[in-house]
Amino acid sequence: MRTGVFVCWCGLNIGGVVDVPRVVEEISHYPGVARAVDYRYMCSDPGQQLIKDVIREERLDSVVIAACSPGMHEATFQSVAASAGVNPYRCEIANIREQCSWPHQNEPGEATRKAIELIQAAIEKVRGDEALSALSIPVTRRALIIGAGIAGMQAALDIAEAGHEVVLVERLPHIGGHMAQLSETFPTLDCSQCILTPKTSEVGRHPRIKLLTNSEVESISGYVGNFTVRIRRKATYVNWDLCTGCGLCTEKCPSRASSTFERGLVKEPAISIAFPQAVPHKPVISAEACGHFTKGKCGVCEKVCPVGAIDYQQQDALFEEKVGAIVVATGYDLHPKAKVGEYGYGVYPDVIDGLEFERLNSASGPTQGQIRRPSDGKVPKEVVFIQCVGSRDQENGYPYCSKICCMYTAKHARLYKHKVSDGQPYVFYMDIRAGGKGYEEFVQHATEEEGVLYLRGRVARVFQDGDALVVFGVDTLSGKKVEIRADMVVLATAIVPASGAKELARVLKTATDQYGFFSEAHPKLRPVESLTRGIYIAGCAQAPKDIPDTVTQAGSAAAKVLALFSAERLSHSPAVAAVDEELCSGCGVCVEACAYDARTLDTRRRVAVVNDVLCEGCGACAVACPNGATRQKNASRSQVFSMIDAVVG
Amino acid sequence: MNSCPELLRPCWQGFFRADEDEWRGVTASLPPDGGQGLRERRMRYPYFPGCTLRAKARGFESSALASAGALGVQLDELPNWQCCGATFPLQADNSFSLVSPARTLASARKMGERLVTLCSACYNVLKRTNHVMRTDADRRDKVNAFIEEDYRGDLEVVHFLEVLRDDIGFDALARSVKVPLGGLAAAPYYGCLLLRPADELAFDDPEAPHILEDFLSALGCRAVDHPYKIECCGSYVALEPGDLASGPSRMVVESARTRGAQVIITSCPLCQYNLDISQQGARGHSGVGVPVVYFTQLLAIALGLSEDVLGFEGHVISPGPLLRSIGAMGSEATA
Ligand SMILES: Cc1cc2nc3c(=O)[nH]c(=O)nc-3n(C[C@H](O)[C@H](O)[C@H](O)COP(=O)(O)OP(=O)(O)OC[C@H]3O[C@@H](n4cnc5c(N)ncnc54)[C@H](O)[C@@H]3O)c2cc1C
Ligand code: SF4
Ligand code: SF4
Ligand code: SF4
Repeated sequence: MRTGVFVCWCGLNIGGVVDVPRVVEEISHYPGVARAVDYRYMCSDPGQQLIKDVIREERLDSVVIAACSPGMHEATFQSVAASAGVNPYRCEIANIREQCSWPHQNEPGEATRKAIELIQAAIEKVRGDEALSALSIPVTRRALIIGAGIAGMQAALDIAEAGHEVVLVERLPHIGGHMAQLSETFPTLDCSQCILTPKTSEVGRHPRIKLLTNSEVESISGYVGNFTVRIRRKATYVNWDLCTGCGLCTEKCPSRASSTFERGLVKEPAISIAFPQAVPHKPVISAEACGHFTKGKCGVCEKVCPVGAIDYQQQDALFEEKVGAIVVATGYDLHPKAKVGEYGYGVYPDVIDGLEFERLNSASGPTQGQIRRPSDGKVPKEVVFIQCVGSRDQENGYPYCSKICCMYTAKHARLYKHKVSDGQPYVFYMDIRAGGKGYEEFVQHATEEEGVLYLRGRVARVFQDGDALVVFGVDTLSGKKVEIRADMVVLATAIVPASGAKELARVLKTATDQYGFFSEAHPKLRPVESLTRGIYIAGCAQAPKDIPDTVTQAGSAAAKVLALFSAERLSHSPAVAAVDEELCSGCGVCVEACAYDARTLDTRRRVAVVNDVLCEGCGACAVACPNGATRQKNASRSQVFSMIDAVVG
Repeated sequence: MNSCPELLRPCWQGFFRADEDEWRGVTASLPPDGGQGLRERRMRYPYFPGCTLRAKARGFESSALASAGALGVQLDELPNWQCCGATFPLQADNSFSLVSPARTLASARKMGERLVTLCSACYNVLKRTNHVMRTDADRRDKVNAFIEEDYRGDLEVVHFLEVLRDDIGFDALARSVKVPLGGLAAAPYYGCLLLRPADELAFDDPEAPHILEDFLSALGCRAVDHPYKIECCGSYVALEPGDLASGPSRMVVESARTRGAQVIITSCPLCQYNLDISQQGARGHSGVGVPVVYFTQLLAIALGLSEDVLGFEGHVISPGPLLRSIGAMGSEATA
């Protein structure tokens, strides 16, 4: 064996603690070491050149780099080694920074000794390393996107525009997500539908976007580049291929259901199209409300439909799609009503949430955009907005800040003033969080120009008294208790993950945080990658955010997908587990131990089998196997023992 | 001897224990059907009265026991019970204050799997102590070592209201009513001890409770909703000199009165005292007082039980005139 050892100073990060010249001196006498050298910054261009030169001069067959964590530069040094003719899997990193010089800053002598031992262990490891070659996997260049809010649509358009096919799955009958419910949007107060409909109709007609609404993902198998997805399209009881969207059925339907899109503010026919601009513009029958399904009586829509599109017998349909990458864009819901008892939310009709206010203010909403309160249709003259309802509330809600409600509350108060000029809006707040381009100015406009009264403090209780809502609050700036007789109360309830997010994460075998928001691989450096390779996240599925941030993140997720699709094949580390079939008894313990579903039992031959592509090389199986039949390539038993000997021996 | 009618004041001296002779009269009150229902339903639970029910709040207990009997529930008083602890210690390292309630819990466990309470304060302290004994191994071991027991919190502490709701059922209760209260406007008052901390007590929605409303509807009353039904009554501040507590109490009474309440019901002796006494001065202003009674007193009336079990005494605002005026009490009764 001819091993070269390259010790990096990392400026003073390593060199300021570890006595690098001494390390080089000692290591150069270690068995098998052809040459040991040091350099200030081994990762720099001259450092890399040094490695290449030494490899050639000494005709090395393996290298050990003593430097920072392999998480930082393993890939760099592997490719340097490869370019000079050394198999990249015979290049080992001894981490003498994160695991040595940093934690032992005050013990330079000990640190030097430890650095030597770590390098010796790496030399022992490289001695047993096989020359492996990377595994290669094919990529299906087709993406699945789950959720067709603004995040999912943006990602779909970006990927489709770049030339790849997209399967877009949305569980509602229509696309657009919550943005379709908004009236105007901060910070510019432009109409939400006006900026949304160009996108929804583009998605609706894009030749490379396969839109599956009223559908949900049931199961997923496979791995990056090669996922197989089972999708359930729930019955709509209308044959959309025949339906022209004329709307006759909805005009004539005698049954009524509470409208989810209008957040229960009005009733809609049992067969209906949620809103005028809906894409696809096709109706769905709500079986819970429809007379035909509940009483077996009605059949009106079937009679009136001019094209015979009504199909009461329609069943759920199951599809299978093959894709190479997945973007999760399932968005958010609002904190549920039942949990805000102190404000009578869900009990008093005039206590509403932000999305209900959006609908009241929307030209296509239940009041045609006039601000009228739900109970009696009166124009409210005193409106109290309460921020942070359920957010920033360890005890009754969630500790996090929902990030957008300060802004939309200011928007609501201003929009209210525009429509009811003699009305008085009050806002109870804890802090105003308006960090964004033009955001602080937007809030200032509300307080200074538009007469919105901001009261810093919490509201203890909202109580119905006659036809007024009495709001008991406190203004902590003046130290006074405040009691306001309001006509309507609007709660900025917390943004929570979309229902079913945790279950979906389980199906996708990826992680969520404790609330159910999808976890990113790294909060700063990998914000759109999930913890599972090939699965990306965008929009409020990851955390509460506004439309600009959502669109940015969606574009970024699309860019990641496109990067993945840029090659025909992907490479996968060959340092995976292997089974010694002579020793394997087929007990299956390792199958249980594997967190990546990479192992299966061949029941016929009664041996365990590894799917190399799924294997992450974690080693759990090797530890679990009672027969020593599992071998971890380039981390074999003998390698590990000689590494231990090098440290303690 | 029981000089602790000073409203649930902790009786550290430990001299206040139940005097069984003194109380035999009431516990013996039999249900009107001579115990028939009891035998049929066989609901029988250990029961903890607490000191106040033997001092300031006798009517609470006598009306509750008699009503329970009439509904087929037998409440067996724990032998040798002692102070409930009066207040749950908020310092996490104060385990000594758990000794007395833990002793009660341990002895109740030997009698059954449930322990029924009436007074909100006893309920709160016993249930929270039970929670500690169930979930906090360190403190459990410490307290068990002291009381020489091995109690693991495996008792269920319930309030009599929960027995009415969950075991008897408000529908069944409504069917047992003999004297419908004819839409009497009654305001429920919860106070704090029944509801919080919500995750430990798990009694009702702490912000929007409705058990008392449901109870009132079952009796044929009109439950008057009012914003102060879970606000503070002034609590122990009533024991300090001055007038601090009467402020909050008066707000509670006013919030009920202005919404048409003829009577306020509670399950806490301290709330009863505070709300009632706060009207001493206020009577002059409003001209009308709102009597404050225990929910069990209305219950006993509705079940048509003897007026002897009501035990109205020492009220600032006497409930007698109101109840007589709606025909719920006979004219000769004392109140
Ligand atoms: C009251 C209010 C006012 C607002 N005003 C503004 C504003 O003025 N300006 C601004 O910038 N932002 C505003 N926002 C924020 C804005 O709504 C969000 O930033 C944006 O909607 C996030 O888009 P999204 O695609 O991530 O999520 P969503 O809009 O929630 O879309 C998610 C989609 O995924 C679907 N879905 C969920 N789960 C599944 C599943 N399992 N399978 C299939 N499909 C699924 C949902 O049906 C939905 O269509 C406001 C928010 C609120 C609550
Ligand atoms: S009547 Fe028929 S064609 Fe017209 S919208 Fe209804 S289902 Fe579609
Ligand atoms: S069958 Fe009748 S109730 Fe059902 S959707 Fe058609 S018209 Fe409406
Ligand atoms: S954004 Fe504002 S209103 Fe919303 S939780 Fe944060 S601080 Fe509260």
